[in-house]
Amino acid sequence: MTARGALYYAIMGLVLLGIGVLQSWNVAFGILNLCLISAIMALGVNMQWGYAGLFNVGIMGFTALGALTAVLVSMPPVGEAWSAGGGGILLSLLSVVGTVAAIIAARRFLHRALHLPATLLLVVAGFFVAESFFGPAVDRIEAINPAHTGYLGGLDLPILLAWPLGGLVAAGAGWLIGKIALGLRADYLAIATLGISEIIIAVIKYEEWLSRGVKNVTGLPRPVPYEVDLVTRDWFLSLAQWLGFEDMGEAASLFVKVCYALLFLTVLAIIMWFAERALKSPWGRMMRAIRDNREAASAMGKDVKRRHLQVFVLGCAVCGIAGAMLATLDGQLTPTSYIPLRYTFLIWVMVILGGSGNNWGAILGGFVIWTLWVQAEPLGNLFMHLVSSPLPEGSWLAERLVAGAAYTRYILMGAILLIVMRFAPKGLIPERG
Amino acid sequence: MDILNALALFANFVFVPATAYGAQLALGALGVTLIFGILRFANFSHGELMSFGAMASILVTWFLQDQGVSIAPLPTALLALPAAILATVVLMLATDRLVFRFYRRQRANPIVFAIVSVGVMFVFAGLIRIIIGPEDRSFADGERFIITAFEFKKLTGLAEGIAIRQTQLLTLVVTAIVVVALFWFLRKTRSGKAMRAYSDDEDLALLSGIDPERVVALAWIICAALAAIAGTLYGLDKTYKPFIFLQILLPIFAATILGGIGQPVGAVLGGFIIAYSEVTVTYAFKKFLTYLGPESWAPEGLVQLLSTDYKFAVSFIILVAVLLFRPTGIIRGKVI
Repeated sequence: MTARGALYYAIMGLVLLGIGVLQSWNVAFGILNLCLISAIMALGVNMQWGYAGLFNVGIMGFTALGALTAVLVSMPPVGEAWSAGGGGILLSLLSVVGTVAAIIAARRFLHRALHLPATLLLVVAGFFVAESFFGPAVDRIEAINPAHTGYLGGLDLPILLAWPLGGLVAAGAGWLIGKIALGLRADYLAIATLGISEIIIAVIKYEEWLSRGVKNVTGLPRPVPYEVDLVTRDWFLSLAQWLGFEDMGEAASLFVKVCYALLFLTVLAIIMWFAERALKSPWGRMMRAIRDNREAASAMGKDVKRRHLQVFVLGCAVCGIAGAMLATLDGQLTPTSYIPLRYTFLIWVMVILGGSGNNWGAILGGFVIWTLWVQAEPLGNLFMHLVSSPLPEGSWLAERLVAGAAYTRYILMGAILLIVMRFAPKGLIPERG
Repeated sequence: MDILNALALFANFVFVPATAYGAQLALGALGVTLIFGILRFANFSHGELMSFGAMASILVTWFLQDQGVSIAPLPTALLALPAAILATVVLMLATDRLVFRFYRRQRANPIVFAIVSVGVMFVFAGLIRIIIGPEDRSFADGERFIITAFEFKKLTGLAEGIAIRQTQLLTLVVTAIVVVALFWFLRKTRSGKAMRAYSDDEDLALLSGIDPERVVALAWIICAALAAIAGTLYGLDKTYKPFIFLQILLPIFAATILGGIGQPVGAVLGGFIIAYSEVTVTYAFKKFLTYLGPESWAPEGLVQLLSTDYKFAVSFIILVAVLLFRPTGIIRGKVI
């Protein structure tokens, strides 16, 4: 990292310190935690865009898959639902697998001319067989105690396990979509990822037997202590007193946030270590060679499509890990909160601002943009009140402006993206040649 | 008689709404494909541009309603449309001047254009939400139905009625006029021919003395006008919700690729194919089949292939099928 990069990090640290001193340490650590998660997402996107020049517009979907994994790994199973409908779900899964096997077999053993009709016939037959198990099973599962469960629940394993698993699940989805869309026009990958992310969100929203859908899953188990337990422990009380806290509740909530921050920092450090090693290795040089001149790299015998698939899957995995971490921090899965502006395009602003191709830049971008995103709301409010102050009291325009203050952050983010792209396309910390 | 009832049912719940939806998608896809053809990038801000056009229509409609202007039985929004088109065109030309022109002169990579269009999308989204707010707006006034289900039943004596809303017919008529005018422009006028030449081969067009800035400006003007019309019609037909225009981007892109990138005819075709598949696949055929077969054969389930929640999955599956089997689209478009 250059001196300029270090300076930017120092300024960023001072800003967070300032928020801690001026607003409150709880707010500062709340922002810091989300900054860390955003930085991990930005690292994942930087792998795809910075290393390889792939335009992924489906980050939201891969993040949500990680969050879903967190639910499926950590929540306790709903025994009643399993005995009512678990068998049906498994049977329908089995029939899907059977259909795929039958299609592969049919395409291998039948005459070429029969391939398409046989495939279509098997798809339709398989759909109805799977549906005949699936529909009733879903009805039975969702009927069981809908106010509290109404879904199958999870595996009751430690939630930390969900972080790598979430990465794996997202990597699987990334492989599937990359296999289809890579190697064609660059725009196609963008549009295909846009599609898959919308579908992943739709599945999480509407498959209530799996994820409780819009009824949300709350109360995910935590990898860190609970506030209510902390305030009853002697060691914690004495620690808080020694640090000079008066309000024990506040101290407990700060302690939890610090624990999360340490966990997230560890994950970020591990991913960063791998990312930097990869970038500096022959593999990283090859990726950048492919990005800068595809034809030349291909002529040198590099398998461009395969390498692109590889780096795309890796990037998606990192986004999945971040998604699982985010669900852990929130302690809940709320599918309606997943909107592309926040989970896809905001991450893009982070990567572009930080410096595409530079991992330190991506992390810095994650920190800066998230802090701005959070602080833009009070700033927007202030701005709108200032603008509307000369207007007469209660005028329509003034009310409109103040009501719209929350959306100044969209304009701010767009402006940052446009200004960086125009005047400093290499970002805050440029890629090293 | 039963076959007639089944057909009426199908027309009412599938054919009529899908045709209107298809027309709206076709207008959107035309704008996207035009920019693909001339400027060679996927314009992510197109959805928000449509939203802006619809918003401008709403604002002018409110103003006209305040002034007591009305063209009943037609919706006032129709009168507001020219002003909305003008506003959208001005916005887009200003955006091009401030943002896109710089990259054009640099001959930047199409992906850079796409990322820049994301920035434009953010700014538009913020502007729209500040000006009109994120709430639902219904701005269709005038006569609601051309023919109601009840009237249709009385007229024909069938058990099933076909209701046609005025906005649906209006969508179709306006789309037909716009598409015919656009194709006339592209095929017959000098400027249109220049645009097609430029899309076909940029260097050759430049050598023949075609002014690139003029072609690009024309492309943006047409794109913005189409977006304003499409957005207004979509908002009239359903209601105006700002967030929906990010989601509608997917079927529009799917229609563009399905039709063949840079192919106006393909975009129209693609829009209707996507709309018909989406509505057909998500329609519950239970009642339809009950009319066709003897009573005892009535199906137990809803006979719905896909729940309406997954309507976006349809465009995605079509998109994937196109990418796998015919990446050039129906009418051979550009593929690098």
